Amino acid sequence: MKSPFFPRSPAVEMPVIALKEHPFDPYRELLEFQSSLGENAAKYGAQSIFIGTMRDFNEGDLVQRLWLEHYPGMTERELARIVSEAQTRWAVSETLVIHRVGEIRPADTIVLLACWSAHRGPALDATRYLIEELKHRAPFWKKETLDSRTRWVERNTPA
Amino acid sequence: MSIQIRYFASLRETMGRVDEQIVYEGITTVGEIWKTVNQGRPLPDNILCAVNLEYASADTSVRDGDEVAFFPPVTGG
Repeated sequence: MKSPFFPRSPAVEMPVIALKEHPFDPYRELLEFQSSLGENAAKYGAQSIFIGTMRDFNEGDLVQRLWLEHYPGMTERELARIVSEAQTRWAVSETLVIHRVGEIRPADTIVLLACWSAHRGPALDATRYLIEELKHRAPFWKKETLDSRTRWVERNTPA
Repeated sequence: MSIQIRYFASLRETMGRVDEQIVYEGITTVGEIWKTVNQGRPLPDNILCAVNLEYASADTSVRDGDEVAFFPPVTGG
């Protein structure tokens, strides 16, 4: 999170990137983040938010729960790289990335992504970039528990 | 030289181990490391790899003390 030793500037902020082992409320996280912006909130005319949740079906089967594995160290590094690329391509100043790991139940939030910008175009484009790159590059793997068996998800669904 | 190898997800289950350490003489590559632990078979297209937490390829060189990881296509988000 933000350090009190580095005063906030209108330039690009350090992104907040977190992996969570337990369920989280994305709306509460957004509220807390928004509150933390303080007077800087007035610089942003647009926030774009993506929330990905667990479906209870996949490839025609009911899914009871998911296990989300990751590569500690590399996952955080790759997420930071993706955010950095987005901040280079678009004028987004604040970025929030929270992703679950571990056991996940249907309707649980898997990922929360949010970008703050002066204008809607950069905010929307950067958020779309974050989710697509995350799905293709960030080292996470899903294992589904069905009624009587488990299986690894082998590929992403199309956007 | 000593190299730490890690496996993830379905590949970890196929390999039957989370990690292993191998000792290798001379300069080597990710592809050669894979062959060493897979009876000489080449690295399949559908297995991704990383060296020291960065994406790599079969040609990436590996040095003493490096961590090499192999894993299937990613499915987060």
